[in-house]
Amino acid sequence: MKKKALGAVALAAAATLALSACSGGSSGGGGGDAAKGEISYWLWDANQLPAYKQCAEDFQKANPDITVKITQTGWDDYWSKITTGMASGTAPDVFTDHLAKYPDFLKTKQLVALDDAISKDKVDLSQYNEGLADLWVGQDGKRYGLPKDWDTVALFYNKKMATDAGLSPEQMGSLSWNPQDGGSYEKAIARLTVDKNGKRGDEPGFDKANVAVYGLGLPNSDAGGGQTQWSYLSATTGWTHTDKNPWGTHYNYDDKKFQDTIAWWASLVEKGYMPKLETTVGANMADNFAAGKSAINSNGSWMIGQYTGYKGIELGIAPTPTGVNGKRASMFNGLADSIWAGTKKKDAAIKWVEYLGSTACQDVVASKAVVFPAVKTSSDKAAEAFKAKNVDVTAFTQHVKDKSTFLFPITDNAAKIEGVMKPAMDAVIAGKSPAGSLTAANEQINAIFTK
Amino acid sequence: MTTLTKQPGPGLSASSGPRKSRKRGKPSAGFRGIGDLKIALLFIAPAMLGFLLFYLVPTVRGIYLSFTEYSILGDPEWIGTRNYERIAKDPLFWNALGVTSEYVVINIVLQTALALGLAILMHRVAKSTLIRGALLLPYLMANVIAALLWFWMLDYQIGIINQLIEWTGLPRVAFFGSEQWAIPTQALINTWRHMGYTALLIFAGLQAIPNSVYEAASIDGSKAVSTFWRITLPLLRPVLVLVLVVTVIGSFQVFDTVAVTTAGGPVNATRVLQYYIYQRAFNEQDFGYGSALAVILFLILALVAFIQMKFLRGNQSDLD
Repeated sequence: MKKKALGAVALAAAATLALSACSGGSSGGGGGDAAKGEISYWLWDANQLPAYKQCAEDFQKANPDITVKITQTGWDDYWSKITTGMASGTAPDVFTDHLAKYPDFLKTKQLVALDDAISKDKVDLSQYNEGLADLWVGQDGKRYGLPKDWDTVALFYNKKMATDAGLSPEQMGSLSWNPQDGGSYEKAIARLTVDKNGKRGDEPGFDKANVAVYGLGLPNSDAGGGQTQWSYLSATTGWTHTDKNPWGTHYNYDDKKFQDTIAWWASLVEKGYMPKLETTVGANMADNFAAGKSAINSNGSWMIGQYTGYKGIELGIAPTPTGVNGKRASMFNGLADSIWAGTKKKDAAIKWVEYLGSTACQDVVASKAVVFPAVKTSSDKAAEAFKAKNVDVTAFTQHVKDKSTFLFPITDNAAKIEGVMKPAMDAVIAGKSPAGSLTAANEQINAIFTK
Repeated sequence: MTTLTKQPGPGLSASSGPRKSRKRGKPSAGFRGIGDLKIALLFIAPAMLGFLLFYLVPTVRGIYLSFTEYSILGDPEWIGTRNYERIAKDPLFWNALGVTSEYVVINIVLQTALALGLAILMHRVAKSTLIRGALLLPYLMANVIAALLWFWMLDYQIGIINQLIEWTGLPRVAFFGSEQWAIPTQALINTWRHMGYTALLIFAGLQAIPNSVYEAASIDGSKAVSTFWRITLPLLRPVLVLVLVVTVIGSFQVFDTVAVTTAGGPVNATRVLQYYIYQRAFNEQDFGYGSALAVILFLILALVAFIQMKFLRGNQSDLD
């Protein structure tokens, strides 16, 4: 019965609760800080596991007293495991941290500030791509992570479909967008949409109820971030998620500029250019792209490996369209490695984090051509490694070169905000509520901050 | 057995039964009663320990936490009944209550009706152990596996069932993706999974009905249908009540199917109570609020079980 599985959950919860009672004051840190022994390291991306295993081996050679035990856990379970681990005293010494998550850890003092170690060991923060190191400074002015990689957004598209539609790579690379008529971006999306009778989205007689290929893929409605879905558009209107970033305390989902962007995005569903929300439950946008069901996917640079890995698809990668301000925009997200305050091997953990943030390890990561490392020189090496695999990643790196990036919005209460925005965005993309309904969601969110 | 050693006059064999029972009424009975109690406690202890440790303590702690603000990291902070006041005004709670009720009604009505039918078929027609065993197969599958299996088979794009639907010329159905279908779909999946087991329970109840009653009925000229309504169903009542109480409680606690498929969406269509509790506690780190929701669910279940027992007279049988 359901009771059994629930029993297990309840049991786990009970165990967590019981254990949390014992380890209440674990945030003090301290303890035996010897730079030796075994330290645990967690990450969620299986694609990056080989690179970091290599880093750990190299690190152990240089530091024979320390062994690093790497555990990879999928994103869905990763955060609840870390949180319950922190409460029960079994969290990893070092873990890959995310911008949306670390504010909550700071609030409960679960992370080790790295400033003293960094100044002592003279870690050069200017070696990282601009802005990445700043993301990991808390409201107290202290540093809680060392940058490891970054990502931007671009358009993956099916080259053959584009050629059939009469769109050259040059045209795909110079699209423009505005929230009123969608600009040449919407024209391209419409042109790439094909119904079951072979009629294109911009031709008379197009049957939007029976679409074979959608111009633009839809992963899900997303919550309030829109990292790969719409933030590359909304940012060109001058809109920002919050009053300031990082550490904003007021969200702007009631802004007309934002709501117009979302209204345009949702209208693609209504026009038959983008799949209905209900068809995306359980579906994977990238796999549907591989199956030839959509022509363009806006997605992040961490997906390069997956998109280039599909056989039989001639892949093009175009930069995101220029927007209202005449420029391109992409969210700039960066991961970092953080140390848990409950670690018993703080010195060893610091050594490992500094190694992860060093050119030596990031060059190894670069050579595997899976992500862009945070160190500038390693980033360039990654671009070369991609090139060696015949993948042109300029669409992603260009954002950094042109400084057309904006930082991932960092605020407290990320999970609660998602709890409000997810159903609200679902309703808009499903065509059930107008974009104006997001004003009510915004009020709910801002109430969380004023509480 | 052990009481024998306390008998005066050792060497008494089993044939001394009458004497033993006579002795039970004598003054020494009090002493022996305490001995029984000790042994009984010894046997109860493991289960009791488990109950105390894994049920009672967490329940009491959960009730305590429901009056606090608690993020699992850090200490709970007493805030009185504020969580309950917030719940009363929380549209998502009321939505969850509605969604859960819809699920329970579809799930229980179908499950009980189908299980009853299956039990009667098992009783009358399918005497083969193989077939009876096969009915239990879905129940032996882990809930999450069953949910994922159906999730794929019913997928809008690649699901085999939508492929079949399209071949018949009908439009594809977004079983999990559309707001109307998401809850009925999940209710049906769990009906499929649990009906074999429920049928087994009812089947056991059917076997407890003495054949003589049926014989008498057939001598009086009762037809199969009226025998079912006038004899089988009334005599089955205590078992049916038990089955209903247990399955309704289980049904209200639907969680894993939702968690691995729709995760509360689309919009709020599948945000059932248990999932909402999980979301508030584990995702949003609001364990106080989650605990208060859990206490409310507990009260609802206690009330439902009480009403069922009371009005369906589950503790009385019409036999004899």
